[in-house]
Amino acid sequence: MRSLIFLLLASAGIFAAEALTGAVEKQPLNMSAIIMFLIFVSATLGITYWAAKRTKTAKDFYTAGGGITGFQNGMAIAGDFMSAASFLGISALVYAKGYDGLIYSIGFLVGWPIILFLVAEQLRNLGKYTFADVASYRLRQTPIRILAAFGSILTVLLYLIAQMVGAGKLIQLLFGLDYEVAVILVGILMILYVTFGGMLATTWVQIIKAFLLLSGATFMAIAVMAHYDFSFETLFSTAVSMKDVSIMAPGKLISDPISAISLGIALMFGTAGLPHILMRFFTVSDAKEARKSVFYATGFIGYFYILTFIIGFGAIVMVFQNPQYLDLAKQAIDGGAPILGGDNMAAIHLSHAVGGDFFLGFISAVAFATILAVVSGLTLAGASAISHDLYASVIRKGTADGMMEMKVSKIATVVLGIIAIFLGIIFEEQNIAFMVGLAFAIAASANFPILFLSMYWSRLTTRGALLGGSLGLLTAAVLVILGPTVWVDVMGNAEAIFPYKYPALFSVSAAFIGIWFFSITDKSDSAQKEHEAFEAQYVRAQTGIGSEGAVEH
Amino acid sequence: MKQELVERIKNDPDFIRLTRERSRFAWILSIIMLVIYFGFVLTIAFDPAILGTPLSEGSVTTIGIPIGIGVIVSAFILTGIYVRRANSEFDELSNRIKDKVKGL
Repeated sequence: MRSLIFLLLASAGIFAAEALTGAVEKQPLNMSAIIMFLIFVSATLGITYWAAKRTKTAKDFYTAGGGITGFQNGMAIAGDFMSAASFLGISALVYAKGYDGLIYSIGFLVGWPIILFLVAEQLRNLGKYTFADVASYRLRQTPIRILAAFGSILTVLLYLIAQMVGAGKLIQLLFGLDYEVAVILVGILMILYVTFGGMLATTWVQIIKAFLLLSGATFMAIAVMAHYDFSFETLFSTAVSMKDVSIMAPGKLISDPISAISLGIALMFGTAGLPHILMRFFTVSDAKEARKSVFYATGFIGYFYILTFIIGFGAIVMVFQNPQYLDLAKQAIDGGAPILGGDNMAAIHLSHAVGGDFFLGFISAVAFATILAVVSGLTLAGASAISHDLYASVIRKGTADGMMEMKVSKIATVVLGIIAIFLGIIFEEQNIAFMVGLAFAIAASANFPILFLSMYWSRLTTRGALLGGSLGLLTAAVLVILGPTVWVDVMGNAEAIFPYKYPALFSVSAAFIGIWFFSITDKSDSAQKEHEAFEAQYVRAQTGIGSEGAVEH
Repeated sequence: MKQELVERIKNDPDFIRLTRERSRFAWILSIIMLVIYFGFVLTIAFDPAILGTPLSEGSVTTIGIPIGIGVIVSAFILTGIYVRRANSEFDELSNRIKDKVKGL
């Protein structure tokens, strides 16, 4: 079971499962999967056509007119979080290491309640299209928008590369298409959804995919449990008899307290600083729906993680050591019981074991759909940072008309899509496991502290936000580069200069201390004005009076 | 927003009650979530064997399984508790404030 993918996954740490890495083999063309995928693509293109007719203004484009319900938005948020890499990656981690997979998924979930309690409503009440609207609410527009846009675009690009490379490899595995063909196909479809259908199409693609993924995973989990008379004890004891008892307890995923805290901070605050997630809060009509979105999203995501846990154990009992899925060539070299395509294929093989060729095709098509939906959301967030923050607010100083802003946004989408295709191809052979971790670290260390303090701390000034936020961003980037995931795993040095894989504890602290220090020492007149403007902002944040409402269609 | 309106809302007893109660409630729930999660990961960091204890004599299932699932469920329940109170009590307060300042 020591496949290359697993080794990379384990060595690169927790975020690796978000980014499929390592060598994969191209599989023979999978016809049933391709047919089901084509059905999905035609349905979503139909939705895009429908959405395009309803996307007339910039507000429609960025926020679907603000008319998405809490339930729909919760489903879409869950869709943003349940990427193909996390579905296959978490079930692969459970399959390989048992309990550690559960620890991993819990970290991704617990940020949601915090977002609900401290961020969601105020974000909805203060913002319009991007989180920079909130961060720059009473601060100087130009510098804060530039920093926020920079943080957003960087986060989006890193995340996008990880998704594109994962997409190429996964599609190679599942459909038997060439890597380049797969990446280009994903890029083109994503550009179509976003430029024509805007947020409305992106949201519905996300909702449909979340529904398909949850249904498929539910079926798999029930099928597994049915084999064991719905008794966890029987399932676990069968799994233990095939592997060993270590899969029932924590392994080596978290070994020291600093890493444990640092990872927790990265996941919690990182989630609350991801631009494509934050943007989703502007698609609902008011704070009440924003709250409901998080409630539903937490439910769906938590349910999904419980399912992947069962699926991982299901793969141990039904796929592991099953001669049908054994990679004989690899076994001859490495020994053990490697499965075809590596551990990341555990859930895919399980779908075949419980539902035959037809269900295998279904799950493969869902995995592809998942990638499309996630990259679309990311691209829309990146394009919004360019058009709304950089073009409309910085270059045109708020005088741009909505039509022009939307046009810029569409151009930005096409450009980002092409860049994503290009980077996806360049990074094919690179070890990109650090990228999602870096994206989370930057989101937690630059985007989140500015956003959070702008809502909670009246003494925050432009200077503090700018210097402290930049400090957090730089600290995160430098520590990731000097840490084990890049310095050792990518650059091949023997020992890391910075010993921890997750820099968030240090970089988030640096950001908060920096923002605090450069704010309280700021004695300028503008700092005083920014302090005075807090009251009006606070009243609006708390009551929603004056906030952006929904548009009636 | 006009300064006059801000002053008026800021001194409204409903507004004071809303912000005080809601922020207290939000912080308490946040702290509960943080304690649950960091309690969980720090247990793993300091003494992972605790979670490897069998659920009962001779069983394969360890107490780590219900605890882990419990953390997931607790996140969902905490969000439910917050949304329930915010969408009724807190929204009622803020609607009252909005009604009072209508037309200003």
